[in-house]
Amino acid sequence: MNWPLEALLSFLAAGAFGVIFNAPRRTLVSCGLVGMSGWLIYRSFFLIFEDSVQASFAGAFAVSIVAHLLAKKFRMPMIIFSIAGIIPLVPGSKAYNAMRNIVENNYLEAIAFASEALMISGAVAMGLVFAEVMMQLFFKRQAKRIQRKMGLTQE
Amino acid sequence: MAQIGETRRELALDCFLLAGRIMMESGAETYRVEDTMIRMAVSQNMVNSHCFVTPTGIMFSPSEELATRFVRINNRSTDLERVALVNSVSRNLVSGEYTLQQAYDEMLMIDQTNYRSSIWVQTLAASVASACFFILLGGSWINLPFAFVIGGIGFIIVEKILEETRVKIFAEFIGAFVIGILASLAVYSGIATNLDTLIIGSIMPLVPGLLITNAVRDLMAGHFVSGLSKGAEAFLTAFAIGAGIALVISF
Repeated sequence: MNWPLEALLSFLAAGAFGVIFNAPRRTLVSCGLVGMSGWLIYRSFFLIFEDSVQASFAGAFAVSIVAHLLAKKFRMPMIIFSIAGIIPLVPGSKAYNAMRNIVENNYLEAIAFASEALMISGAVAMGLVFAEVMMQLFFKRQAKRIQRKMGLTQE
Repeated sequence: MAQIGETRRELALDCFLLAGRIMMESGAETYRVEDTMIRMAVSQNMVNSHCFVTPTGIMFSPSEELATRFVRINNRSTDLERVALVNSVSRNLVSGEYTLQQAYDEMLMIDQTNYRSSIWVQTLAASVASACFFILLGGSWINLPFAFVIGGIGFIIVEKILEETRVKIFAEFIGAFVIGILASLAVYSGIATNLDTLIIGSIMPLVPGLLITNAVRDLMAGHFVSGLSKGAEAFLTAFAIGAGIALVISF
């Protein structure tokens, strides 16, 4: 696969989604970066383990972490950055194939595709949630450490 | 709870509800809306306030003895710029940089201004996104212009029908149907190849990504009512897109 090309395309796609969702102008480049990191991690996991469920989990995890960091930096809600990044991971082609097979009366194949699409969307959701919980734990601990250093805790 | 005057309290309530309504209409997560409203309330000495946010209405009760207020949310769209602006106003109010009156005026201005870029810019963005996904999903460079054009046409049709009828599922159904027809025409007339990738790339701008993300995050945060109703909205959208495409490829 062609890494620079995929990086550029996923950057452009996520940035374009930022425009569609009307993200603030100065965050558009960051939206693109979030999408790019999510897609590249997804692709590299997919190439190594050849399992799109795990790869989607890793991609969503990366999207959520990067979006969190950017949200802290810009002091804006995290949702602005995470949405554009999640879109490339949505199992559009699996869902399409499932529906196509249903229309053509291949119900068994359709069930296989549909359950894969369901697993992938579950994995994306779990990736988002795991990353969020971990970031919250991390930032809470960091805030406590800073407070202790400055002698602000009442322990 | 420190006593504050009647007019000031009314202004504060108007301000919180306006903030909640704008955020909910622009596609923020439910738990963020509740969090923002409670923070603003605490900064105005309303410590025992409760609020309950659903995708279709917001209830806010300032304290036990005061009356509960309610606003209805009619139309929801995605406008992240507004979410960011309301968020920064509420931050300024909580940190004490804005007075209540300033914050309320600012919210009113945000409510009345149209921050969306023009429909043509959005269509162009949808076209670019479709083309990028087409290549990412393994389409060939020769067919790139078709994905670009069809994705843009599908997006603008959905937006225009949504403007006219306000029925989301119908607009998405027609949009997906037109995308399917155009892609099939391009492939069966022999100009383009690879029907599946062409259709998947072109319907990408219609995928309910925001709704799915919000539904999951609301469910995990314990807001089951809004999580389930947003999930239902996402499911309806996905169903409309699927039905539109299925209608075309069943011929």
